Amino acid sequence: MFESLSSRLSAVFDRLTGRGALSEADVNEAIREVRRALLEADVALDVVRSFTDKVRDRAVGQEVIRSVTPGQMVVKIVHDQLVETLGKDPAPLDLNATPPVAIMMVGLQGSGKTTTTAKIARRLRDRQKLKVLMASLDTRRPAAQEQLRVLGEQNEIDTLPVVAGQTPTQIAQRAMTAGRLGGFDVVMLDTAGRTHIDEPLMLEMAEIKRTAAPHEILLVADSLTGQDAVQLARSFDDRVGITGLVLTRVDGDGRGGAALSMRAVTGKPIKFIGTGEKADALEEFNPSRIANRILGMGDIVSLVEKAAETIDAERAQKLAERMKKGGFDLNDLADQLRQMQRIGGMSGVLGLLPGVGKVKKQIEAAGIDDRIFKRQGAIISSMTATEREKPDVLKASRKRRIAAGSGTTVEEVNKLLKMHRQMADMMKSAGKGKGLMGRMMGGLGMGSMPKVDPAELERIAQTGKLPGVPPGFTLPPGFGGGLGGPRLPGMGKKK
Amino acid sequence: MAGEKPGLLRRMFGGGAEPAEDTVADEAREAEAPAPPPALADAPPTAPDEPESRGGWFQRLRRGLSRSSGALSGSISSLFTQRKLDAATLEEFEDALIQADLGVDTAGAVTEALRKGRFGKELSEDEVKGILAAEVEKALAPVAKPLVLGGRKPEVILVVGVNGTGKTTTIGKLAAKFRDDGKTVMLAAGDTFRAAAIEQLKIWGQRTGAPVVARDIGADAAGLAFDALERARAEGVDVLLIDTAGRLQNRTELMAELEKIVRVLKKQDPQAPHHVLLTLDATTGQNALSQVEIFGRIAGVTGLVMTKLDGTARGGILVAIAARYGLPVHFIGIGEGIDDLEPFAANDFARAIAGLA
Repeated sequence: MFESLSSRLSAVFDRLTGRGALSEADVNEAIREVRRALLEADVALDVVRSFTDKVRDRAVGQEVIRSVTPGQMVVKIVHDQLVETLGKDPAPLDLNATPPVAIMMVGLQGSGKTTTTAKIARRLRDRQKLKVLMASLDTRRPAAQEQLRVLGEQNEIDTLPVVAGQTPTQIAQRAMTAGRLGGFDVVMLDTAGRTHIDEPLMLEMAEIKRTAAPHEILLVADSLTGQDAVQLARSFDDRVGITGLVLTRVDGDGRGGAALSMRAVTGKPIKFIGTGEKADALEEFNPSRIANRILGMGDIVSLVEKAAETIDAERAQKLAERMKKGGFDLNDLADQLRQMQRIGGMSGVLGLLPGVGKVKKQIEAAGIDDRIFKRQGAIISSMTATEREKPDVLKASRKRRIAAGSGTTVEEVNKLLKMHRQMADMMKSAGKGKGLMGRMMGGLGMGSMPKVDPAELERIAQTGKLPGVPPGFTLPPGFGGGLGGPRLPGMGKKK
Repeated sequence: MAGEKPGLLRRMFGGGAEPAEDTVADEAREAEAPAPPPALADAPPTAPDEPESRGGWFQRLRRGLSRSSGALSGSISSLFTQRKLDAATLEEFEDALIQADLGVDTAGAVTEALRKGRFGKELSEDEVKGILAAEVEKALAPVAKPLVLGGRKPEVILVVGVNGTGKTTTIGKLAAKFRDDGKTVMLAAGDTFRAAAIEQLKIWGQRTGAPVVARDIGADAAGLAFDALERARAEGVDVLLIDTAGRLQNRTELMAELEKIVRVLKKQDPQAPHHVLLTLDATTGQNALSQVEIFGRIAGVTGLVMTKLDGTARGGILVAIAARYGLPVHFIGIGEGIDDLEPFAANDFARAIAGLA
């Protein structure tokens, strides 16, 4: 839906060649595109304005580094400014107070307060070994208290028993007492969702604050929020004085400009981001990642990290050795498919890579989705051990049996075998792994673990460009082979 | 504390208690938040010209939109009282629209319509507001369509949307609406993922007297939908409302699950679901376009419900959605009460956005 800022900027700067520094006229034209990109990313207008002013100041007269296009130069400046605005330093929860330390969660209805409460509680317990009590003060939405109780049960975190008929303030009081008596380190207060113009509810919130004296007050906000983000962040901050922000649904396909708006307006740090429905899908905020996302540049750093986390290093090492010998059998292919799915499937991987927005769209249009991995996995599962090790034995009758066994067609079996052959061939030549992509493939389980120079990554993240990668670059061998095209060879088309 | 239970008061006294409350809230808000966005800082405060003439829901919508229309009309008045329509003025006008979440393209189109034939002319505030309302209405009028039941038995309504957009609440309100129209309603608790979602729907079932078909948490939602339809047919209810778990539209596996629910329903009734409603949170920005597109493609959305218009969110994204997808907008949600669901009316919405009353 949105073009990436870098591609737009390259259109602006295409006619400029061989210039030493960015002139004011160039910059102004680029600023218009930056403004548009930020607005499409839902950054609030007044925040956009002060932001582009800063970028303009920084960009005019800036020397364009050789081998970098002016467009990339501007992207880098914008990126740096975004990171600066979003807050460079991580801001962990401040629990430095006499226990039980109260953490109060506030926000609009449906922003994800209850889920986030449970996620933070779980994180505190798992990572800091703290004893956490959760209490729901939401007496308004049907079954809200029940929701927190169930989440507590699922994650084995204590919740305050529900007493019907109590007011939120009374519950807060009871929670703090229970926290003291029960020897809890942290008491989390999950308040009811409210619109920030709902005066009585805002008063109630202030009352709860007085009662519980929370050390942290976190505003939970949907990262998909539009221009209203400024209003709501400012109102909540004015009324209760928030100490930090938690952005939810960062796993959506929104650009998350609200993060910038809220941070800029309140000056309060973004402490966590929610990245999924599962109870452990809570991450520390990384300004660079969000900056890249707002600009539509993807995020190569987190791709590598994510891949590194997921892939079993030992297995990858073994595979690398076998690959060098040219022995890449169907068992290995099945492994690849599984790992691909684990790091979020095709779209998950593609979404993280910079500059593939368009390719991703083409892939979606061509109907290639992650179901293909499942089907291919099924085909391999329907083979005997011998067949997996020596695909050469597969003749027509075996293929028919496999197709029947996996609920596919002989044609699909053939496609898989062809893909495997291509991959095995590429493995032999790519086994040594040249350049970053080679190493990244390693990270994806195609070779040994990547040892990527952090400085190099930083540079990539800033320029949004991979060094030494041809224009329609390739995914891991076999999965790619010219992603620039509208469809992937060997992957087939959805019928 | 007098104002401790506002929702209840409001619910009990309906529209009557509102103007007073509105003023109080307005004043308090102005007192508490004295710094409007810089863009609007020089805008004169909008005159509190409460239109008493129009009935309950319009006032509520206006109250809901008051922030947005206040901001908009504020900036428009400051722009146009004594000014010529020149490029700078138009740009500021476009900015005001962008702040209402209309999106860059839609704001540009509306600004262009305003520019045409009027460039360089002196325009009064009312003229500009009128043109704005007309432009917005032009986009919205074709999509303002009520939800019409086709008389099938049961009429199956599937409610889908991103997490936290208000699906379950909307279902509760819809159930009450149909019940008041004399229909028999059955609810299916298809959100088998989120903790206590089933309980939440059951409470709505109690409030509206509608039976709730539910299974345990973690159960297969498609299977539940199938059973619910079977039961609804057997018991001859008029309307079956099926809740679903909230899901982000870019999560392929969750969208596939939704596709399965639709597919399974068709096994019993090829026409089902007769209506697929997508709930959109009014605070959502440009991502709402992606939500409409993908849910539309996968679940075959037939109509939209915009929720949470009782906040300061402007809901201007509806204009962009209408222009691009033309999907009917059936209802707007303006509060948490059981009757806080109103049919969508393009004229009123457009006038409210433009600050005309």
